[in-house]
Amino acid sequence: MEDSSSLKQEKENLERGEEGRPWYQMTAASSQDPRPALSEPPESEQGPDTGPRPQSSPLRSPRSGGSTAVDDLTGPGASSPPSPPQEPFSTPPPALSRQALAAPWQSVKTTGVIPEAVTPHTDPLKQSFDSGESIQQICQSKEDTFQQYQQTNGHLYEPRDVSCNDSKQKELRFDIFQEGESNSNYDLDEAEPEEAPSMLEIAVQSAKAYLLKTSSKSGLNLYDHLSNMLTKILDERPDNAVDIIENISQDVKMAHFSIKLDTLQNENEMLPTYEIAEKQKALFLQGNLEEADQELEDEIAENSLPNVMESAFYFEQAGVGLGTDETYRIFLALKQLTDTHPIQRCRFWGKVLGLEMNYIVAEVEFREGEDEEEAEEEDMTEERGNGESECEEGDEDDLPRSFYKAPQPVPKEESRTGANKYVYFVCNEPGRPWVKLPSVTPAQIVIARKIKKFFTGRLDTPITSYPPFPGNESNYLRAQIARISAGTHVSPLGFYQFGEEEEEEEEEEEGGKDSFEENPDFEGIQVVDLVESLSNWVHHVQHILPQGRCNWFNPIQKSEEEEEEDEEKEEEKEKGEEPDYIEQEVGPPLLTPISEDLEIQNIPPWTARLSSNLIPQYAIAVLRSNLWPGAYAFCNGKKFENLYIGWGYKYSPDSYTPPVPPPVCQEFPSGPEITELADPSVEEEQAFKAAQEAAVLPAKENEDTDEDEEEENDYD
Amino acid sequence: MDSESLLLSLELASGSGQGLSPDRRASLLTSLLLVKRDYRYSRVLFWGRILGLVSDYYIAQGLSEDHLAPRKTLYSLNCMEWSLLPPATEEMMVQTSVVKGRFMGDPSHEYEHTELQKVNEGDKVFEEEVVVRIKEETRLVSIIDQIDRAVAILPRGALFKTPFGPTHVNRTFEGLTLSEAKKLSSYFHFREPVELKNKTLLEKADLDPSLDFMDSLEHDIPKGLTSSPGSWSIQMERGNALVVLRSLLWPGLTFYHAPYTKNCGYIYVGTGEKNIDLPFML
Repeated sequence: MEDSSSLKQEKENLERGEEGRPWYQMTAASSQDPRPALSEPPESEQGPDTGPRPQSSPLRSPRSGGSTAVDDLTGPGASSPPSPPQEPFSTPPPALSRQALAAPWQSVKTTGVIPEAVTPHTDPLKQSFDSGESIQQICQSKEDTFQQYQQTNGHLYEPRDVSCNDSKQKELRFDIFQEGESNSNYDLDEAEPEEAPSMLEIAVQSAKAYLLKTSSKSGLNLYDHLSNMLTKILDERPDNAVDIIENISQDVKMAHFSIKLDTLQNENEMLPTYEIAEKQKALFLQGNLEEADQELEDEIAENSLPNVMESAFYFEQAGVGLGTDETYRIFLALKQLTDTHPIQRCRFWGKVLGLEMNYIVAEVEFREGEDEEEAEEEDMTEERGNGESECEEGDEDDLPRSFYKAPQPVPKEESRTGANKYVYFVCNEPGRPWVKLPSVTPAQIVIARKIKKFFTGRLDTPITSYPPFPGNESNYLRAQIARISAGTHVSPLGFYQFGEEEEEEEEEEEGGKDSFEENPDFEGIQVVDLVESLSNWVHHVQHILPQGRCNWFNPIQKSEEEEEEDEEKEEEKEKGEEPDYIEQEVGPPLLTPISEDLEIQNIPPWTARLSSNLIPQYAIAVLRSNLWPGAYAFCNGKKFENLYIGWGYKYSPDSYTPPVPPPVCQEFPSGPEITELADPSVEEEQAFKAAQEAAVLPAKENEDTDEDEEEENDYD
Repeated sequence: MDSESLLLSLELASGSGQGLSPDRRASLLTSLLLVKRDYRYSRVLFWGRILGLVSDYYIAQGLSEDHLAPRKTLYSLNCMEWSLLPPATEEMMVQTSVVKGRFMGDPSHEYEHTELQKVNEGDKVFEEEVVVRIKEETRLVSIIDQIDRAVAILPRGALFKTPFGPTHVNRTFEGLTLSEAKKLSSYFHFREPVELKNKTLLEKADLDPSLDFMDSLEHDIPKGLTSSPGSWSIQMERGNALVVLRSLLWPGLTFYHAPYTKNCGYIYVGTGEKNIDLPFML
């Protein structure tokens, strides 16, 4: 600040030089300030920051109204015409004001430069002109820009009254001076330590980075927007820019236009939502597609479609079931199924939950004779499998073959009987194609009882388990469906009765009643009775024996038949090993009341209750299976239905225990066929030789042959 | 599920076959409102239903202003009269862990359990059979607490932590996106975090403190691999309009969330037994 203060003094010298007053008098006068106008130039010099403000009049004085300005300046003192020093006087303030606008260090530097040009002079009066010129030279190059700044500044600060009262000006000046000093000090301080700028720099950079963040919607960023706004303001210079800043902002935004760049690929979103919607649309359009009236009549007459919505209503009373819309979609899907297949009877069996997808299961019965083709195909594949195993057996005779024969596979039940009485179709979601499940084999049921697996929702998933499951998930699902159906399909007592004709035949053949028919005289059962006594509910699906079939198959008889074709020896051996007769497995017969079901460790297998305690007269009886969680049945006296919604596994209070590994096969018992005699000793051989020789002689004589044989036998 | 949007929630959760009969719905809508008033909860959740042999327990939970604070649990047998359950303790859990099998549906039912206890009489130590009686109410409390700790879940962002500590419903939550909805990491356990404190700083680096303040599901045991699911099954239902998470560890718990909406919740309908056979079943 020394430089600047000296500069100030120089200026005042320049200014007052022509009046011939000593400069210190002038400073004193200016500090006391008899003339307000005069005080301004020093102020402008002292306070670089606020320089432009007071200069409104001095700046203009040389340009527009020189005389008035000079009058103002020199008012009480000497009234001199426009004099040479005036020009140099008028120019420094712009220089300083420029410095104010420039970076602080620059201002220090320039202030340093100016006094350098000034200092040499000793005689203020004489040198004033030169110094003024030199300053002018320095500043002349940028004069235009200064003027512009001055103009804008003058314009902005125009309303400010130059001649305000003295004291205020004084204070202001002092403050400004202080401020300028502190600013310069600050600048110096700041330049010395290097940490401070780095911190600040980071903050500034992060702030700038934030401002530069591009909006995802418009593609603009705030930094560009602000700079555009400022450019616009500076270009147009509106009055009261602060008042219309919002409009300016809006204008700038509206002026900005963006071209949507072509990204070459179409944004073709194929969401699965649309995919399934498209498929389900087909369900809803079905009705319109059928145009032939005759067919419609026929269908109404046949009416293989179940009333899903009605039973869903009753199940809803029981607090079970899928949502209304999903139920309706399933209803439509069942309609699609019955339209496309020769189905005599169809039923919504339930829903099996899976890990990735679920299964919707439909239970159908084909019309007579229409499902034979498919059944034959399945048989063919099985026969092929058997043929291969037979081929393996018939080859080598030299070495002993394996005596182990796999346990006789129990043949599966014919379609329409036993566990294969119904055919099951599954789909993952209504609208997706129905897939027919293969018929179940007893082996699958037996193994399925030993394992506990989650369904994945994909039918071709292999089941990895111990013991190995013969088949993939579709077989496992089918086996579980068979087990669940056998366990949980119940009807109120009296709804079904045995067919009279069939009854006799089957009793002879199988020893159990296999089929039933609806009782036309069924008059309904009181709902309260159904709830109070479980003996009013009966199973109408055959019990599955431990063998895996519903009807007993005697494995021994058949094995004998097959073995007759083979060698007879093996048959004899096996007969010796196996018992001649396996006791027939017997389960509860058809239409057995569920009150006779086995308990699960003191837990009753069924829970029956009324759907509503508030209005019992219109309530329905709800039956819940505790053995198969998710299996429900309802009966409202006349109608009944069964439904299963669950994960497809059986309940047990104990944790699942994997089956024990099969027993290790015993080795062949050590007997005379295995053990060998000791090698013959020398004595024995010699004795044998002697005996032979002895034998040879008698042989010639043909005597004592009997004795020789006896001896040989002894050696053995 | 929120008691105020019960009907929509039930509809969304119905894919698992777990519903409520119309009279139950109506009575729940009425009585939960009264519960909210009487107990001065800021929010009441219908928690679910535990199936008993004789009757079912209907469970509701009351939340205070801070959603992560211990929840108050109520049960009812007829959906109208609610009784408050005592808070679960460690002791209860140990005590009831010996009880197996189904619930009876009678809170005063007592399970008998014989234990061998060592009795000191003078110098002799001999074992004596002691019959421990456990009330079903105790077991109910313990089971609900276990289920809550294990499988009560929320989508990420449904709750947010305020700078002052309490957790609130995030009003700006607009649902998960489709890609998020298929990941286990976008779901959180609805409980005080346990594993979060054990995480390394590196793992915590990406977490948003106002949203990621609970344990996410992806570390649940058994862990799911990319090919096979662990203890959760995620399914997209109704096209992609609904994501359903089913717990395999506690079969019966269904969580539903409609992406791009704030509809989410969970309901438990089941026997109240843990599926300890899970490793065999996967």
